[in-house]
Amino acid sequence: MTSIGTGYDLSASTYSPDGRIFQVEYATKAVENSGTAIGLRVKDGIVLGVEKLIHSKLLVPGANRRIQTVDRHIGMATAGLLADGRNVANRARDESSQIRGLWREPPTVKELADRLALYAQAYTLYSSVRPFGISTIFGGVDKTGPSLFVVEPSGVCLGYHGAAVGKGRQLAKTELEKLKLSELSMREAVIEAARIIYIVHDDNKEKEFELEMSWAGDETGGLHVPVPADLLAEAEQKAREALETFE
Amino acid sequence: MDHFPTNWGRPRNDMFDAYGTYPIHQRPDNRPKDTFADSVQRTQQPIVTGTSVLAIKFKDGIMMAADNLASYGSLARFKDVQRLHPVGRYTVIGAGGDMSDFQHIQHILEEVQIAESTQQDGHELGPVEIHEYMSQVMYARRSKLDPLWNSLLIGGFKDGKRFLSYVDLLGTTYSASTLATGFGAYIAQPLLRKAVEGHEDDLTAEQAQNILEYCMRVLFYRDARSLDKYQIATITAEGVNISGSLKLQTSWDFAENIRGYGAQTQ
Repeated sequence: MTSIGTGYDLSASTYSPDGRIFQVEYATKAVENSGTAIGLRVKDGIVLGVEKLIHSKLLVPGANRRIQTVDRHIGMATAGLLADGRNVANRARDESSQIRGLWREPPTVKELADRLALYAQAYTLYSSVRPFGISTIFGGVDKTGPSLFVVEPSGVCLGYHGAAVGKGRQLAKTELEKLKLSELSMREAVIEAARIIYIVHDDNKEKEFELEMSWAGDETGGLHVPVPADLLAEAEQKAREALETFE
Repeated sequence: MDHFPTNWGRPRNDMFDAYGTYPIHQRPDNRPKDTFADSVQRTQQPIVTGTSVLAIKFKDGIMMAADNLASYGSLARFKDVQRLHPVGRYTVIGAGGDMSDFQHIQHILEEVQIAESTQQDGHELGPVEIHEYMSQVMYARRSKLDPLWNSLLIGGFKDGKRFLSYVDLLGTTYSASTLATGFGAYIAQPLLRKAVEGHEDDLTAEQAQNILEYCMRVLFYRDARSLDKYQIATITAEGVNISGSLKLQTSWDFAENIRGYGAQTQ
């Protein structure tokens, strides 16, 4: 970023001479500093997993959730600024309710993610606002089956079989590519997701973390709900075992 | 185009006879009218309507009944309408009155439930909350002079407690161990009271269903806006169960002996 400090990074409404918008790139940096979030789209549903870094031992366990429910059948996981994630979740709930009011049927994940991409993109247009410092993974099951979308600070929205955002995304993506996602069951995906989050967590550099996971699909009757405590515990146990044999 | 030649070349409205030249020619006024010239109009009557809903308390919870008819005036227009609607896992709402308003209410309640479930805090709305919410909605709408034209019975079972209450287009609420809306409030309510009051804690599900079936039959004989196809909702600790369509057994033999009106030869 040689052009930093040349005056083109003060507002999201001004291009640099080589055609970049620095505020959007800085927002992407904010995402990269955050704990990893992953999403898996498998045979019969989707699974979301988040590496939630605990910045204080005084925090109540389970506080500051980074996976949120948007509609009965749609959930979202964010990497980046926690408060921006809340704002986007609230907007997503409004959009979902609006789509439902218009078509009188549950919105598809694609419709919803597309709308939130427009919302994110609007925040790259004006000098009075900053782009969102989050990448969001939207996952759910709708009439088209399981689907998974990522919305980035630039307002781009893309569909994935497996998605990873945040600090450990590179390693997570390599691990996701090794899986045959379209053949996995939701239960298997939970185990794999937990394993990947444990792998990408850097023990030496970072503080403690909490594994947060949710799923939606056949196992949950099409609802987006947290992964049940016993399955989560089993997944974490297996993830720790896998970690010892890893590398 | 105005096809009345007497209107041509007359910018003024001569309906008002400014110069007292009576008798003035009566001509139609074909100028475009502002849609809202007579001010905004709000719902002043129901259009497609459902008739009575009945509900009683019994030993294990609440039982509710309503027929499957939606009338268009006196025409029996739709004969497969479900007027008992489950709301979440603990509540059933039964509606008489305007069926499009009822569909709107179903949509509102769906939105409220989704808003509640996205909190993921483990709390769910029960019959008490649904009834309180609906009473606020109904009163707010009547205060805007734009009422939702329904009378609703809300019954449910949650945390070991049964609940049964009423709310209507005015926002009026009350509860009792037997409730009936519409024509049923006159015909069925006395029968229900006689059969249920004082026995709320001993009536079995079978007895409760028999009472409701009896009252639905009386209503079908007496209420010209009713149908012999009806459904029964049962809400107990096990949850909500809404039956399929049931058919009333009736006998019209007595009709032969009725004299005094209708087509009779002697």
